[in-house]
Amino acid sequence: MLKLILQRLAMALFTLLTVCVLVFSITEALPGDVCTAYLGRDAQGARLENCRQARNLDQPALQRFADWGTGVLQGSLGTSLKRDKPINDLVATRMRNTAVLALGAAVIGIPLAIFLGVIAALRRDRPADVLISGGSIFAMTIPEFVTATVLVLIFSIQLQWFPAVTTVRHNAPVSELLPNIVLPMITLALVMMAHILRMVRSAMIDVMASDFVQMARLKGVPFWRIVCLHALPSAMLPTINIIALTVAWLLGGAVIIEQVFNYPGIGTLMIRAIYDRDLPLVQAIALILATVYVLCNLLADLSSLALNPRLRTTR
Amino acid sequence: MTAITMDMNTPVTKPASRWRQVWSNLRRSPSGMIGLSVLIFHLLLALLAPWLAPHDWTLQNGYQILQAPSEAFWFGTDHMGRDLLSRTMMGGREAITVTMLGTLLAVSWGGLVGMTLGFVGGRTDAWLMRVIDALLAIPWLLFLLLVIALVGQQTWTLVLTLGFFFGIAVVRVVRGATLEYVPRDFVLAARTRGESRLTIVVRELLPNVLDALLVEAAMRWAWMLLAFSSLSFLGFGVVPPTPDWGLMIADSRGMISIAPWAVIFPALALSTLIISINLTADALAKAIGLDRAKAPV
Repeated sequence: MLKLILQRLAMALFTLLTVCVLVFSITEALPGDVCTAYLGRDAQGARLENCRQARNLDQPALQRFADWGTGVLQGSLGTSLKRDKPINDLVATRMRNTAVLALGAAVIGIPLAIFLGVIAALRRDRPADVLISGGSIFAMTIPEFVTATVLVLIFSIQLQWFPAVTTVRHNAPVSELLPNIVLPMITLALVMMAHILRMVRSAMIDVMASDFVQMARLKGVPFWRIVCLHALPSAMLPTINIIALTVAWLLGGAVIIEQVFNYPGIGTLMIRAIYDRDLPLVQAIALILATVYVLCNLLADLSSLALNPRLRTTR
Repeated sequence: MTAITMDMNTPVTKPASRWRQVWSNLRRSPSGMIGLSVLIFHLLLALLAPWLAPHDWTLQNGYQILQAPSEAFWFGTDHMGRDLLSRTMMGGREAITVTMLGTLLAVSWGGLVGMTLGFVGGRTDAWLMRVIDALLAIPWLLFLLLVIALVGQQTWTLVLTLGFFFGIAVVRVVRGATLEYVPRDFVLAARTRGESRLTIVVRELLPNVLDALLVEAAMRWAWMLLAFSSLSFLGFGVVPPTPDWGLMIADSRGMISIAPWAVIFPALALSTLIISINLTADALAKAIGLDRAKAPV
């Protein structure tokens, strides 16, 4: 058991290291450097020299990677080119906003997805299932920015319930986000639900056909008791990994949804950093998001180890 | 003499009848046929758009800004007075070309590496799969954006980066499919004949994983289209004068309350294309006998 946990931890660390190397080496391998990207492809003269000196670009790449790495380990993500401020200060409140958004979406989305998935599985191939499964395909395949736009068209323009864009500053208290956060949260939850729902449905169908559920039925256990206490816990095991995968995917999706609603999260900051060609900031955000993803995956791995004894005995 | 020619012909007709079987399975799936028809319609439209478009799709006209759909302009006009029907017809061309090339690239390199890893096995396979898992753990959009921020958004950059990132998942799937065939007798026979590794991979393994590869290609294509249009929407895909659905939606979003048609038509075109690819891929997987429903992404 301990060996398995250590294995997963080692794998997570390895992934993080790969991410760091990749984030750093992409900027090294591709033409140009941080300064030419920022100042323009054919920048030259004193400005370029100053920028390069300030960034230690005259030092070998390995040395800079080591410096950057130790900085990251000590909790300092470097300084932004455009804003000339420590990246930590820029990122902190926006991370909080994105966390609120994603957490809200998860709190609405995950239970609802599990509920709908179970219903779809129990009513397999009946109208309810066709409706739910069909709807989930739509939610999954239509680009988030289209879903978001349709929701804006309905809820902001026709019904005028929620604002279409966020106008709150990034460092406003969480309570002020409230009316603005609703639409991005719903969009995010919709897309997330589709993936989880499909997994719950297929896992639930398998479990309901299994011997122990049949046995419980024959013994006369009430139907909903079988569903909730016998079948659902087993169906949740494969679902945990999908939830983690969805979170990863959600991070990519959140960037777009934040941009659509002008939500002051980490995604909008990243897009702005790319427009500004502020590479240190882009690198830092890419690293943060990848780290969150790796941690989510680790959590999913460990919790499925904890919940599923079969995984512990295979090796 | 005739008997010999018959014998030589049997292995040639066999795969053809297999695909005929797949096709007849596919024809029995209503959602698959709807998907395929819409997909073919989209492809034909994209191919013929320059000749079919009723107006010049780049012509700006200050006197007819944001007109509602009418007899002259079936889909209305945008904020620069350009005909939206023509632009919607043209808007998929770049996206379809880039993602088709990207998918081809992804499936080729992913398939080759996946088959080789599955075949070689051992420590090389174990370690490289760790790297693949690590690469899969990276949110793709961030890295696409990072690369594009550095290199710029030329067509070939987009094809290469999309092809590379989407190939990583292909490696995993194809390796899994290959593992099933590596211990079989025909591979062993080829090994004892002294065939080279490349020959075994291409001649013995490839025909067997082709099914999985085909379905994978269709799935990747749908996801890549989603990714590409998202990039375009963010302003990192197609460069402005070229019409593109993602870009058109981004441009017209600000005016959605006064001119919803400028957003609705490109959104409809993009969504129907992606959904049709997905439906086709799902039906194809079922027709071939692969279960895609349980695959994670």
